[in-house]
Amino acid sequence: MSDVVLSVKNLSVEFATEDGSVHAVDNVSYEVKRGKTLAIVGESGSGKSVSSLAVMGLIKSSNATISGEVHFGGQELVGIDPEEVRKLRGLKMAMIFQDPLSALHPFYTIGEQLIEAIQVHEKVSNSEAAQRVKIMLDRVGIASAEQRMDEYPHQLSGGMRQRVMIAMALINSPELLIADEPTTALDVTVQAQILELLRDLQKEFGTAIVLITHDLGVVADMADDVMVMYGGQAVEQSPVRELFYTPQMPYTWGLLASIPQMHTDSLKLDPIPGTPPSLINLPAGCVFAPRCAHRNSVPDGLCLTTRPELTTVSSEHAARCHLSVEQRSEIRISRNIGKVD
Amino acid sequence: MFPYIIRRFMLMIFMLFVLSVVTFLLFNAVPTDPAMLTCGKTCTPQIVEANRIRLGLDQPLPVQYFEWIKGIFVGRTYGSGTQTFECHAPCLGYSFKNGEEVTVMIKQALPVTVYLALGAFVLWMIFGIASGIYAANRKGKWQDRGIMAITLIGYSLPVFLIGLMLLLFVIVRANWLPYPDYVSPLENPIQFFQTMILPWISLAILYAAYYTRLTRSQMLETMSEDYIRTARAKGLPEKRVVRKHAFRAGLTPIVTSAGMDLAGLLGGAVITEYVFSLPGLGRLAIDAVKDYDLPTITATTLVAATFIIIANIVVDILYAAIDPRVRLS
Amino acid sequence: MSTPILRVRDLQKYFPVTKGTFVKKQVGNVRAVDGLSFDVMPGETLGLVGESGCGKSTAGRSMLRLLEPTAGSVEFDGRDLLAMGKRELVRTRREMQMIFQDPYSSLNPRHTVGSIIGAPFEVQGVKPEGSVREAVQSLMERVGLNPEHYNRYPNEFSGGQRQRIGIARAIALKPKLIVCDEPVSALDVSIQAQVLNLLDDIQKEFGIAYVFVAHDLSVVRHISDRVAVMYLGKIMELTTRDQLYTAPLHPYTHALLSAVPIADPDRERARERIILNGDLPSPSNPPSGCVFNTRCWKATDRCRTEVPLLREISTGHQIACHFPEDKSAQGQSTVSGADFTSH
Ligand SMILES: Nc1ncnc2c1ncn2[C@@H]1O[C@H](COP(=O)(O)OP(=O)(O)O)[C@@H](O)[C@H]1O
Ligand SMILES: Nc1ncnc2c1ncn2[C@@H]1O[C@H](COP(=O)(O)OP(=O)(O)O)[C@@H](O)[C@H]1O
Ligand code: SF4
Ligand code: SF4
Ligand SMILES: [Mg+2]
Ligand SMILES: [Mg+2]
Repeated sequence: MSDVVLSVKNLSVEFATEDGSVHAVDNVSYEVKRGKTLAIVGESGSGKSVSSLAVMGLIKSSNATISGEVHFGGQELVGIDPEEVRKLRGLKMAMIFQDPLSALHPFYTIGEQLIEAIQVHEKVSNSEAAQRVKIMLDRVGIASAEQRMDEYPHQLSGGMRQRVMIAMALINSPELLIADEPTTALDVTVQAQILELLRDLQKEFGTAIVLITHDLGVVADMADDVMVMYGGQAVEQSPVRELFYTPQMPYTWGLLASIPQMHTDSLKLDPIPGTPPSLINLPAGCVFAPRCAHRNSVPDGLCLTTRPELTTVSSEHAARCHLSVEQRSEIRISRNIGKVD
Repeated sequence: MFPYIIRRFMLMIFMLFVLSVVTFLLFNAVPTDPAMLTCGKTCTPQIVEANRIRLGLDQPLPVQYFEWIKGIFVGRTYGSGTQTFECHAPCLGYSFKNGEEVTVMIKQALPVTVYLALGAFVLWMIFGIASGIYAANRKGKWQDRGIMAITLIGYSLPVFLIGLMLLLFVIVRANWLPYPDYVSPLENPIQFFQTMILPWISLAILYAAYYTRLTRSQMLETMSEDYIRTARAKGLPEKRVVRKHAFRAGLTPIVTSAGMDLAGLLGGAVITEYVFSLPGLGRLAIDAVKDYDLPTITATTLVAATFIIIANIVVDILYAAIDPRVRLS
Repeated sequence: MSTPILRVRDLQKYFPVTKGTFVKKQVGNVRAVDGLSFDVMPGETLGLVGESGCGKSTAGRSMLRLLEPTAGSVEFDGRDLLAMGKRELVRTRREMQMIFQDPYSSLNPRHTVGSIIGAPFEVQGVKPEGSVREAVQSLMERVGLNPEHYNRYPNEFSGGQRQRIGIARAIALKPKLIVCDEPVSALDVSIQAQVLNLLDDIQKEFGIAYVFVAHDLSVVRHISDRVAVMYLGKIMELTTRDQLYTAPLHPYTHALLSAVPIADPDRERARERIILNGDLPSPSNPPSGCVFNTRCWKATDRCRTEVPLLREISTGHQIACHFPEDKSAQGQSTVSGADFTSH
């Protein structure tokens, strides 16, 4: 099974603001296959949400310019009639968000909101829609679904609300689910429940998932492929094992070295100095250069003058860095990052 | 929901009680002796004393208060023996300046103010909300900027200026309408409308400007809520998103404002009533202040404040009807 | 053995639940903190970990008497904190400080960084060597802020820098104890590591004891010497870091640790997981007996009726459970009867 559900090519999103133009997403390309999960990982403000909202056609602000290609379901979505994209939303592609309380309408019952999700796309009677909603709520693990349908979002717990969001997203069996930090607002025990649920549902429906997160543990748990974003760019893309075991660029190393690990003996943290860049005045060279400890290992000050291209290391693994492949493995081994034998 | 309404009503009764005490004390707290005010230029201490006893002003304060409240519910009789006169329920006192029961005066003035306030309310709500939504949907475009500029003007013009200008141009210069002369709509509906149309418009302009801005900012705020993004992510057409999801949520603060503004006007739209010579509550109150007609001042204050209290409760109940979080907690 | 810097016994903080329009009638209690007992030694870090709403912040505030505890006793450096009068309490406060989670709301936006960090000197009437300004600037330098930014306002700083400002303020008077309430939870991972390292260094340098409150188990593991696991206002397990993380004896600790995904795909996917069912019960109506019994896979009738007391099961290892986990069975990935999935 290698059918590509979503293919994004050179996607860029720019916002014109008073302070200048914000390059929120800069030339990002990726693919997601049926039944597979792509994790997009990065710190806040790195463009994770904007890149996915652009795919969904959900960037409505008039100051935004979107360019590039988004192939989905045999169509090119960038530049077509927004009405065509709207018809796909909720039917073929769906999205869930970080904070399920604010993502559900406070004035409508759970039942009303889910029934609406069916009826936008399909002419079915209220009772039939309600029946389907009940089955779906059962499926996502909501006890006494029938009763819950008459309740309002504020009457449910955080975990339950996220289950409702998942039910709503998957009720029309979409091919693609974009989950934007779906467990960030939840406790670990509830996070474990939700991740388990997503995994099960993915198996059952063959949904392709784009999972946005800043938690590398969640990535290790869920992802097939990973895209690391920094300053609006994809700085490293690879299958999940390679990303954790042979990461190829300093920002990814920095991320791996700065998380307190549950399983390693080493208790030392090796943080990345400095702060993430402003997306208005991106540096001319490598976006990571101001914080990179290895920029002096690259000759001619190239890191400060020339933007590195995304270059491939193996067929599925690419990174944006001027360091040579040999230099990378030396540094990685000396810093004891990834798998070092 | 039902217990909530009951609780609100209990609160309302309590607030009305507090209000009555405060107004009553206001009446008694004035530096001048109320009895003094009851007799004109040819005053002698004997008349004042006689009036004091006749009005029950010689009684201790709690007794006076009780008599006053009793008067509101069952009416009261002033004086004793042969020198009595009847003040029918709801008795709000007797105006010596006008030689009339205050209640009678209020009964005449109230409908004028109610017609004025309701007419203007309907106008400004329709125009304010419609143009607010329209502007929000075209945020940043020329339509939006145009509407915002117009509302800024409408909002900053004093109401008497709008009224006087309308009066000047429409009636005095163009002669499109006769001079305002209030009659009851039951008596002469055409003359009623001819009289009311300009007051309605001049009041509504001010409020419509405000409600356009309020609606616009509410809609814009709601449109940036997460649940609106969810509604779009479901594939709802934009019209449905605005009408079903955004409007209801953005409505709540508008309901509050509308309730309070309407209630405020029901207590008397002083300036408009003056400009257009409408014999409403606001005019009654101002005239009473000019004449130092204490019973009438007290009564109009009581009526105006009662409207505010009732509006408060109605708004609370509407809130609960709109927002389940209020209803169910 | 040295004496503890902080000795907490049976600490309780209840928030009344009221009802009624005119007369507020108390209809119950939120048992936010319900009987905590522990010691904190000078210079050590005690981690306080648990899911949100389990009472960590309330506990942190109550032990500094920033909230008045409902019952219990708190001894700070041998002195009874709860018996102190206002004056003495204020004087004692210079030795115990707090750092908050939200670097945005915990700093007054209208004060300059200099006056925020210098405030403790003024409040306590302490004259530092040299001028206050010099003292503040050396503190700023110590926490990694540019001393030249003395006159800037909090909104000119990033989240991580604001947290440094909070730390500088807390260490200004060289306290003996700092309660850190989720100090890194609002920060991005790369910044989080910077702040954790700073807290580490400062502790080593000044010998300050920390009570480190957090919901993130890996952060707590990183910084703590000993860890207390809380659930519904009570301590479930309290022991050294290594014991807690390698051989937890309380079912809740076990489940909690198992819920944290490991940043290593092979190990993460190979390991056995315990997935707890349901949600946290309401602290205003906690389950009878063991508070964890509604979600515990080992619960029996005894658990539903008899409250398990926090007892020392081996030296320095306290747990509150009638049926502790089998120590020998751990380390391997199998847990009898614990392979729960949610569905
Ligand atoms: N409508 C907008 N106008 C201007 N800038 C925006 C807008 N939406 C997002 N941004 C900017 O785009 C950048 C990327 O944001 P986002 O994708 O939300 O980050 P992430 O999800 O990775 O935290 C941020 O710097 C944000 O400020
Ligand atoms: N001021 C308060 N009034 C009433 N209840 C409170 C108050 N502060 C906290 N609580 C309740 O106490 C419990 C514990 O809260 P908290 O200490 O903030 O937990 P944590 O820090 O572990 O997330 C929660 O159920 C919370 O709702
Ligand atoms: S290109 Fe240079 S600055 Fe950028 S990550 Fe590689 S070494 Fe560092
Ligand atoms: S006492 Fe019983 S319910 Fe509580 S944790 Fe132990 S086994 Fe589980
Ligand atoms: Mg985001
Ligand atoms: Mg807390």
